[in-house]
Amino acid sequence: MNRFIQPYVDNAGEWLPLLLEAMGKTALLSICAFALSLVFGLLLAVCRNTRWRWLERGVALYVATVRGVPLLAILFLLYFGLPGAGVTFDAFTAAVLALALAFAAQVAELFRAGLMAIPAGQREAALAVGFTPYQSFTLIVLPQVVRISIAPLIVTFVSLLKDSSLASLITVDELALTGRAMATEYFLPLQIYVAVGLCYFLIAWPFSLLSKRLAPPAAR
Amino acid sequence: MNPLLRVTGLTKSYGPVEVLKGIDFKVAAGEKIALIGPSGSGKSTCLRCLNFLEKPSAGEIHLDGERIGVRLGRPMNDRQLAPQRAEMGMVFQLFNLWPHLSVTENVAIAARKVRGLSAREARELALDMLAKVHMTHRAAASPQELSGGQQQRVAIARALAQKPKLMLFDEPTSALDPELVHEVLKVMEELAAEGRTMLIVTHEIAFARDIADRVLFLDGGRIVEGGPARELILSPREPRTQAFLRQIRH
Repeated sequence: MNRFIQPYVDNAGEWLPLLLEAMGKTALLSICAFALSLVFGLLLAVCRNTRWRWLERGVALYVATVRGVPLLAILFLLYFGLPGAGVTFDAFTAAVLALALAFAAQVAELFRAGLMAIPAGQREAALAVGFTPYQSFTLIVLPQVVRISIAPLIVTFVSLLKDSSLASLITVDELALTGRAMATEYFLPLQIYVAVGLCYFLIAWPFSLLSKRLAPPAAR
Repeated sequence: MNPLLRVTGLTKSYGPVEVLKGIDFKVAAGEKIALIGPSGSGKSTCLRCLNFLEKPSAGEIHLDGERIGVRLGRPMNDRQLAPQRAEMGMVFQLFNLWPHLSVTENVAIAARKVRGLSAREARELALDMLAKVHMTHRAAASPQELSGGQQQRVAIARALAQKPKLMLFDEPTSALDPELVHEVLKVMEELAAEGRTMLIVTHEIAFARDIADRVLFLDGGRIVEGGPARELILSPREPRTQAFLRQIRH
């Protein structure tokens, strides 16, 4: 046991700043990607419920495609593939975009499920008191959708956070890549990968707790 | 005198199914009308066509001389319909209170957002309306904390807060436990006594007999018979009305 713990004691001074900085990068990457996927996702969900058939079909096709393709493939396509078509992103931007595009599909499905969970009578009552369709949506329907969706959205954020480790494969110096570099440098892969895992867990754990608290009683 | 509400040739079809086959009636200001009939007779559809929650297939609806749902010969969209709908208060079978808002806010929100009252004015109005339905003591509650009868009374307050020219009730007691029906009917009785114009789709025949001025009996998408409430319910002329009323009594 002591042989496992000792390297942490010896190297804490060097490892902590490296890991903290990498954690920051992972958090930044995840938050940017998630914020973008919320915006995309809400747009997709609203488009999916429109009168325009072609828009609805397009969104359904997008969601099905993105869900059927590995995130890694999307990531490589954006970073290694698109330069072939004259579009170049730096690694961080490519990672944010890939995560956002992939998770927007999931977020859209969450919002869509939320929209469908609101009984038609809610909107009818809103129209009946003289609200416009826009007011009915923003004052009556959307707040209820957000309330239903918040717990699953947090769960989605946690899985995005974990999937952000794929960005290490296109040279984004987040936790996973930093961990690999450290493991090679110090020849202590066991200790270092345990520490990296713990770092992910430390970010994810509070959110998992929060989603449990916010979930409706029946789902707890 | 011009009637407050005039419905002429109202029809409604869902694909090949004709639910309403030409409905004509008039409602004078202050009149209380009960629409009765077997389920599937079209009475709820008829009521929902009046404020265009269902779009009529044909026919005309005039409220206070103004054509509902059509402007310059063109059908209006939901945005254009909003001010016309605000003139009619509607009470639903399933209450349809908004669960993310408090009782007071359920009643006050339209006053602010549709009629532009200040937050304070809207709140005062809401409390006045809640007093009318004897719900002041639950003003701060959430709709989910209320019994069905209480929810329906709040829904009535919400409709009253629109200061509507006409109140539409779509089977307001059908979803209630039997012991809660009374409190809602009592509130409606009090509103009737204030001289409000009310159109009530109901299965409560005794209530219709005592409260309504006139009763319209619908069957198969048509008005089979209409007349003074007491007369129609106690001595219906049409065989179909007789059969329906006999059935409902047993």
